[in-house]
Amino acid sequence: MNRVNAVVIGAGAAGGIVAKELAEAGLSVVLLERGKWYTAFDCRKDDLRNQRTSVLGNAFGPDDERNPRVAVDLKGRAHLVRASGPGYSNNAACVGGGTQSYGAMAWRYMERDFRMRSTYGQVAGSTLEDWPISYTDLEPYYEKAEWEIGVSGDDSENPFRAPRHKPLPMPPLAPNREFEILYPAAKRLGLHPFHIPMLRNSVPYNGRGPCMRCRWCVGFACEVNAKGGTQNTVIPKALTTGNCELRTECMTRQILTDGRGRATGVEYFDAHDRLHQQDADLVVVSSAAVESARLLLNSKSTLFPHGLGNRYDWVGRNFQGHSYTGAFGIMPADIYDDLGPGASIAVCDYNHGNAGLAGGAMLANEFIRLPYQFVGMLPADVPKWGQAHKNFMRSFYRRAIAVQGPTQEMPMFSARVEVDTAVHDYWGIPVPRLSGDKHPHTIEIGAFAAAKAEAWLKEAGAVRTWKRLAGPGFTGGQHQAGTCRMGDDPKTSVVNRYCQAHEIDNLFVIDGSVHVTNGGFNPALTIMANAYRASDYLVKGWKGTHYR
Amino acid sequence: MNRRRFIVTGLAGTAASCARSKSPWRFFSLREARTVEAICAHIIPRDQDPGAVEAGVVVFMDRQLTGFYKPLQKAYRQGIATIDRESIHRAGRVFADLPAAPQLEVLRRIERNPDLRPFFDLLVAHAMQGFYGDPRHGGNLERASWKMLGVASPPVRGRA
Repeated sequence: MNRVNAVVIGAGAAGGIVAKELAEAGLSVVLLERGKWYTAFDCRKDDLRNQRTSVLGNAFGPDDERNPRVAVDLKGRAHLVRASGPGYSNNAACVGGGTQSYGAMAWRYMERDFRMRSTYGQVAGSTLEDWPISYTDLEPYYEKAEWEIGVSGDDSENPFRAPRHKPLPMPPLAPNREFEILYPAAKRLGLHPFHIPMLRNSVPYNGRGPCMRCRWCVGFACEVNAKGGTQNTVIPKALTTGNCELRTECMTRQILTDGRGRATGVEYFDAHDRLHQQDADLVVVSSAAVESARLLLNSKSTLFPHGLGNRYDWVGRNFQGHSYTGAFGIMPADIYDDLGPGASIAVCDYNHGNAGLAGGAMLANEFIRLPYQFVGMLPADVPKWGQAHKNFMRSFYRRAIAVQGPTQEMPMFSARVEVDTAVHDYWGIPVPRLSGDKHPHTIEIGAFAAAKAEAWLKEAGAVRTWKRLAGPGFTGGQHQAGTCRMGDDPKTSVVNRYCQAHEIDNLFVIDGSVHVTNGGFNPALTIMANAYRASDYLVKGWKGTHYR
Repeated sequence: MNRRRFIVTGLAGTAASCARSKSPWRFFSLREARTVEAICAHIIPRDQDPGAVEAGVVVFMDRQLTGFYKPLQKAYRQGIATIDRESIHRAGRVFADLPAAPQLEVLRRIERNPDLRPFFDLLVAHAMQGFYGDPRHGGNLERASWKMLGVASPPVRGRA
């Protein structure tokens, strides 16, 4: 293989952006993706086989046959888990990564989300820390992500939002029925409701059409490309530069290093299981928290016997995601209006400043609940089967409403990704081993958010409500983060503020793994903004000696 | 594996031809399908709207058991046999031959038995998938459950 300037591993939220930024700056780039590139043809609206409900398999990879993982339960027992099964912590494996099928909420974290330790002090048992960068450092790149990928919404009524220079490029979608009911209720409670920012076209934008408001949004690929992911925005742009080559169905085995401790490229298996070596001046790991950590840990050599960036045993630590806590309600009359995506209204009143709590959560109404999904959301006292179950579904499906949000997590050193040297995947690569639990304070914050969600629903007129609370296990999944922490001190982090490995100048980790804390928000826009920021550093620091 | 399957198939074939009743199912034997059908009729009963059986939930299970749920074949074979045994033990007949009330009693008993509970939970989960899930997988015949819930079918907006 010809040597290139940069090899980027993972074509997801971050990798797609890095590839495009580097390619536009004139670097030659190979973008490796272990999954496929799905097109509108693959956009089956299958409620049993999608990113949210994978009872009949993962729609966007990885496949069950070749990609096992090991998950350790709270009693310390290790289980071999399937990619589509529970406990796997799957983030889609395809071009676009999670952004191919996400709900596409486009949150900027708040200023305090970057200064958790300074704001709340030490939380016993947690590795809660400040980010080495501030909101101000990220602000221009948030803006870039909002305008390049395309965000609709209106947060001008959100007094808690961090300062922004430019408004969002697109107006929000017209409100659905849940918005109409929840908005005045929030106002009556003294809250500050507003239109959720979404990476979804509400009007034609950047060559893509607007949302057709179908029911199959979160968990599905958008067949009209109204939902913006890296697969339909920056990755095509990267390819049109002529400097970027995308190689799909390529599974990276390890990062190669030389005797001086510099990265020299990667080894990967192509779609036909042939092993290749791709030499590169720069290696960028953008495989999301589980797989990025796995790749670093699997890249061992004499100089790096414990894997890359892992001199102080921080790779794979602080594994976190989000537990969703909130409440469900039954309204006095039908509220279902079949107007996708469903999620439309949010409040940020409870993200910070909650008495006795180190953080909080954004609360929003939920995406449309497909009939099979609703089966798993019924109150605990409704029988799991039989006439009563059927009656409940029939009477209340169209009257149900949900408000919930991602709980700010207290990072745990013990929640971690390791590699299990006894279990290998199809290519013979040691698989990730996930273990750890949730900080009790995270569960407290979740309970607080759930109570607030319930109060909102009651004010909106819900005749019956029930809560959704956080369980005790670690979280991962689509919001996975934290395993390659960003920091100034090499002894307590994996990469520096520019996402550059402390030990290796030409190795970068750019994705959610570097998040020190993960906010009380969906992390996609922050991952994107940080990818733009890190790419900027990479391009500015490029000496221009290897241009082709 | 192949040899064993051949022998098993051969035996089953002999038995079936003796009974003059070759199973039309992909996975279930006639007797198994009858038992599963009887159980599903309790999991989602028929009322003014179709129940699990009318909506083709057994077809969904049968089809998935030769597809994505292939690894669960053994669990199904054993589970169904166990429920019939339990039924004979408690009420003197195989499950499908019991009247509705004692059937329900057998199911409640199974639900309380920690050894039998996992298979019953599996049946409940699969019945819900077959009933409320997409018709393309063999269940939810003519979108029965979606009609019941009042959810419009998507002939135009979005791809079916």
